[in-house]
Amino acid sequence: MALLQIENVTRRYGALAAVEDVSFSVEAGEFFTLLGPSGCGKTTLLRMIAGFEAPDAGRILLDGIDLAGTPAERRPVHTVFQSYALFPHMTVAENIAFRLKMAGKEPQTVKVGVKEALAEVHLEDKADCFPHELSGGQKQRVALARGLVNRPRLLLLDEPLGALDAKLRQEMQIELIKLQKNVGVTFVFVTHAQQEALALSHRIAVMREGHIEQMAEPAKLYSFPHNRFVADFIGHINLFEVIVKEATTGHLRLTASGLGEIIAPPPDGVKAGESGWFAIRPEQVCIGQRHDVELKNRFTGTVCDYLYIGDVTTYKVELENGTLIEALMANSEPGRARFFEVGDEVTVAWRHDAGHFLDE
Amino acid sequence: MDKGVRLLKWLTGGPPFLFLLAFFVAPSLIMIVASFRFPGEYGGLAPLIADGKANLTLETYRFFFSDFIYTQVFIKSFVMALATTLICLIMAYPVALLIARSSKKFRDLMVLLVVLPFASNFLIRVYAWMIILGPQAAFSRMINGALGLFGFEPVALLFSPFAVLVGMVYVHLPFMVLPLYTNLEKHDPVLLDAAQDLGANAWQRFWRVTWPLSLPGVYSGAALVFIPVLGMFAIPDILGGTGDILIGNLIKDQLLGTRDWPFGSTLSIMLTLVVLACAGLAMWVSRRRSYA
Repeated sequence: MALLQIENVTRRYGALAAVEDVSFSVEAGEFFTLLGPSGCGKTTLLRMIAGFEAPDAGRILLDGIDLAGTPAERRPVHTVFQSYALFPHMTVAENIAFRLKMAGKEPQTVKVGVKEALAEVHLEDKADCFPHELSGGQKQRVALARGLVNRPRLLLLDEPLGALDAKLRQEMQIELIKLQKNVGVTFVFVTHAQQEALALSHRIAVMREGHIEQMAEPAKLYSFPHNRFVADFIGHINLFEVIVKEATTGHLRLTASGLGEIIAPPPDGVKAGESGWFAIRPEQVCIGQRHDVELKNRFTGTVCDYLYIGDVTTYKVELENGTLIEALMANSEPGRARFFEVGDEVTVAWRHDAGHFLDE
Repeated sequence: MDKGVRLLKWLTGGPPFLFLLAFFVAPSLIMIVASFRFPGEYGGLAPLIADGKANLTLETYRFFFSDFIYTQVFIKSFVMALATTLICLIMAYPVALLIARSSKKFRDLMVLLVVLPFASNFLIRVYAWMIILGPQAAFSRMINGALGLFGFEPVALLFSPFAVLVGMVYVHLPFMVLPLYTNLEKHDPVLLDAAQDLGANAWQRFWRVTWPLSLPGVYSGAALVFIPVLGMFAIPDILGGTGDILIGNLIKDQLLGTRDWPFGSTLSIMLTLVVLACAGLAMWVSRRRSYA
């Protein structure tokens, strides 16, 4: 049986449904992420699991037991808040001890528990500091230690890395994975940062407007998005409006207005005449001089813009008919600073089995 | 520091500094000197220098400590101030909490309602209590009727320590509500969510999060109530009986009634000392565990 089961949960604010008929389950030990833009209902869902809000319909079960009627203070579920919510009038040790004291633990047990929790997040020397004396990353660690000290069945994390700068964020991501592995507590993580979700999670549920659009492992989500929204939200992608001209078991022949003919891998059940979208990741698009490419989907154009970020360069290429396409190129060839300049004539191409046809 | 900034600092800080110097420090010094002088024959003060010698005495201080009745009045005033502060705190806290936790739309309106009594004259409001507590008022009749049912003698509510306490609490309540509200309004509600999330029930959330975080507001509210009550003379004058005089009445009587200025000054200095001692103690208590 799954540790956490969300069954047809709906939450409305007036006429607006923040979460609508959402179902999924989380296994014990899993790092599960709810990913979506702001206002997609992910935080509302988290607050319902924590017990701060009640669903209007549906059930939330933990270890098979319905949580309805169990107030937040009695759920074996803790939350790491986006703003950390550390108690400003308590020291780091007192903040962490709070949960143990509320659970009625003996002073000696509290002391030992706090010490272990501090060691877990490498903050042994900050026990007597007040929160305002800590850096953002340290506050983050205290919030984690406080949430984990009593080993909840489930730890909910509401955009916990949102307030950290990029470098610290990456360090905390690595540490978060380690910590979750070490303590073995199930994590339900909420974020709008798709890279963070891909880096951390065992499984991701992509949410939009109160619904789950797709739920899969990170690699699957990135490589095989179910629809246009997921394809566009996770990473960068080129999208072209297309009509299916021919559908066989081997390939799909598409025509894109303003692009021409595209050969694509065939998904199940697509018939000729259907319209939809062709999506291809920039890193699957090869870019080169006119003559050196031998691929089926091939178009010529001129470089109109590029974004150089060191390891890779993203080129924006304007095709002869005005369509824009992005191609990613690794700057791996030694001895050359850059490959193409704005105005260069180039060929962009991709394999016949790259990209996806999406019908919505 | 930049020269211009320093000049600006003096220009902005100067006038209030001079004001306090002229209207607080200087009068205090005059009072201190007056307390060591002899009273004049028809009130006021005897000359400071007589026969080429300083004409000073410790007589007023000896008199103050020789008669226990003065210390008694101080103790009574102290107890009255303490009781007023406690009652104000207990009454004001829920009000302040209610205002701080209601929607922004209603907050300003409720704050306005709290300060609205200031729009009418202080004496008129205190006289109103004379009518409310008077023997003919519905309130008194109800109380005495109830007492009669249980076989007790009727009581006079007006001109009693009770009436003084009611007046004191009534007048000073807004001074407790406002600093408390200002403090409580700044509390981050997510802290209460966090406390609940970590297993604290409503009672524990209040005593472990809201209350300790509100202590600065409690201290300033207590100071704003305690200190004026300690020196108040108008309310005991109007609502109290002949035996209900406090330090304020004593000082007023010495300076305006008996016209014994040296003794009035002595009482006044003793009051200032008590207030300073209380303020120092409060500061020490509140600083012992500071986190901000």
